[in-house]
Amino acid sequence: MGGLLTEAFLSSLLTGAIVAAVPILLAGLGEQMSEKAGVLNVGIEGMMLMGAYMGFLVAFQTSSLWLGFLGGIVGGLLTALVMAILCVRMGLNQIVIGIGLTLGAEGLTALLHHFQFSRTYPRLPAPERLDIPGLTDLPVIGASLFGRHPIVYVALLAVVVLALLYRRTNLGMTLRAAGERPAALDVAGGNVVGIRLAAVLFTGAMAGLGGAYLANIAAGLFIPFMTGGAGFIGIVLAMLARGRPLWVLIGALIFGAALSLTTALQVAGSTVPTEVIQMLPFAAVMLVLVLFGRRAKLPSALAVSYERGAR
Amino acid sequence: MVDDATPAAENPDAEAARAAPMAWRGSLRRFVTLTAGPIVAAFLLSAVILFLVGVNPWTYYGYILERSLFSGLGLEQTATRMAPLLFLCASLIVAFRAGIWNLGTDGQFLLGAVVAAATAPLLVGTLPGWGVLLAGFAVALVAGALWSIVPALLKAYQGVNEIITTLMMSFLGVLLASTLVKLAFRDPATTVPQTRTLPVDDRLPRLFDTSISSGLIWGLIAVLAVHLMMTRTAFGMKLRMVGANPSAASHAGLSVPLLTMATFALSAGFAGLSGASEILGVAGNVRADWNPAYGLMVIPLVFLARFHGVGSIVLVFFYSALLIGSESAARRLGVPQDFTLVLVASLLICLGLGEYIDYRKQKQER
Repeated sequence: MGGLLTEAFLSSLLTGAIVAAVPILLAGLGEQMSEKAGVLNVGIEGMMLMGAYMGFLVAFQTSSLWLGFLGGIVGGLLTALVMAILCVRMGLNQIVIGIGLTLGAEGLTALLHHFQFSRTYPRLPAPERLDIPGLTDLPVIGASLFGRHPIVYVALLAVVVLALLYRRTNLGMTLRAAGERPAALDVAGGNVVGIRLAAVLFTGAMAGLGGAYLANIAAGLFIPFMTGGAGFIGIVLAMLARGRPLWVLIGALIFGAALSLTTALQVAGSTVPTEVIQMLPFAAVMLVLVLFGRRAKLPSALAVSYERGAR
Repeated sequence: MVDDATPAAENPDAEAARAAPMAWRGSLRRFVTLTAGPIVAAFLLSAVILFLVGVNPWTYYGYILERSLFSGLGLEQTATRMAPLLFLCASLIVAFRAGIWNLGTDGQFLLGAVVAAATAPLLVGTLPGWGVLLAGFAVALVAGALWSIVPALLKAYQGVNEIITTLMMSFLGVLLASTLVKLAFRDPATTVPQTRTLPVDDRLPRLFDTSISSGLIWGLIAVLAVHLMMTRTAFGMKLRMVGANPSAASHAGLSVPLLTMATFALSAGFAGLSGASEILGVAGNVRADWNPAYGLMVIPLVFLARFHGVGSIVLVFFYSALLIGSESAARRLGVPQDFTLVLVASLLICLGLGEYIDYRKQKQER
């Protein structure tokens, strides 16, 4: 543990924090959209995993990371489509179906991976990076903050776009109405089911992209069950952010740091069992929930399916 | 399941009352749409997936049946495997009927298993055989219940959604269990990190001349006791009131926070007992990387049985057979055991579709 505070260690810690933050940021932003519209999306873990698998498969076959990301989005969208039809269109219990989708995606991706690659785990080549001249050469923060794959900047841009969407546009208000007072939105001529369908599909796309990032950039390979709760952390971020995309970003960075500390401590040769270190992010989530759980603000019609004229 | 978020809202009693005046044809139709149909559909859907990955579904299902139900040893293994699953059913029936989503049974299960494995072998010799087993179950019960105390407090007094807190505690519990095995309860005599082993003679006795562990009996008793408690006693009635409508329960003078805490303690306690039943009955010790992850898989069974004890027992029997068969098929036919996840997921989805069809039908009739 001698050289814990060297420049290399700090730099890798920061890099790790950002790499770990991006998937949960994307998942959290997606979950936030569907929670705003009144759908609690427990299936997001499955959507991420499906995105990770499809994203990896496409990137591996075409050797194009961008097509891989597209594949990840499609994988997440397909899983979300099942959720949208069953929970929004048919009004089935969102939690039961969400658990079902997560279990199903876990099983299906593990099965497909087994029949495709057997017990081998092929790797993708290292991703290209977007170097910003000057900034990338700064010590410690340079390479970690400014030498990332372009998708990282897409994720950051999404924070800004979503914040504007929620605060400045009619669509943002319609989304909130669908989650708070769906009956009122219906009376006002809005399409509750339509807006919720769109929100769930958006969640799937974001989660799929996050999963593809996890497989293609963060890990460079696909391992069954690799999301390991990242989607659930996304749900927590969305719950605690009280509808603000910026808070999802802040939360994602904090948990990203906890996740990367996990890897950094292992690299530094700590003698503590890996399990203790792996507990850190989940312990951080629990701590935040204990401290701020009461302040979590959830839409009043969350997880209640809408049917016109029902009591 | 349609149109409500709390599990307790689908009160089987109320459903039964609505269904009572219907002719037997009506109840047959409901049985087909709500129970038999979804099961058949789930197997068909999974068969399609098997076919797509290049496995003959007929051979696979046939092998599972032959291995788990049509062979003496397989049947005994199936019966033995039922014990932990039954305790988990008891855990979920309490929680779901009281409107609590305890999704953290995996962590509670493993911690129960680890403390039971840590305690029981040390007591051999100082306590009589039944005392050792009783102590093992008792510490597992306490460990499971303790692990739910943070989600319980947060839910009861702060209104924090228990789905997330129990899931997070489950991840933590699984990791903690493994850490405990490595750091605190490790058997110094072995190279693989695992706890001390409870000698076979000191485990739960076997039934008659078979290899079936008597944990099965205790599991059956647990499910039936929970079922009777929830449906026939005043305490169960109170828990169900809290589940159906917390504010109404509060107005009726019930202490909703205390009853919520009691629900968590009972549910998590049974999950702990489940872990102990596997250790004290079958395995004898816990290896650091052991996690059967039964918790989430039992949920569809309990839903399919509409939170009914006897129904759950029947479904657990078939699910247990599926587990035994698929474990064997993983070795012999090369189909990974993850396939059971696909089957369980299909079951949940088909179950939901069945509910939807039934709901539509009932609405038409009204």
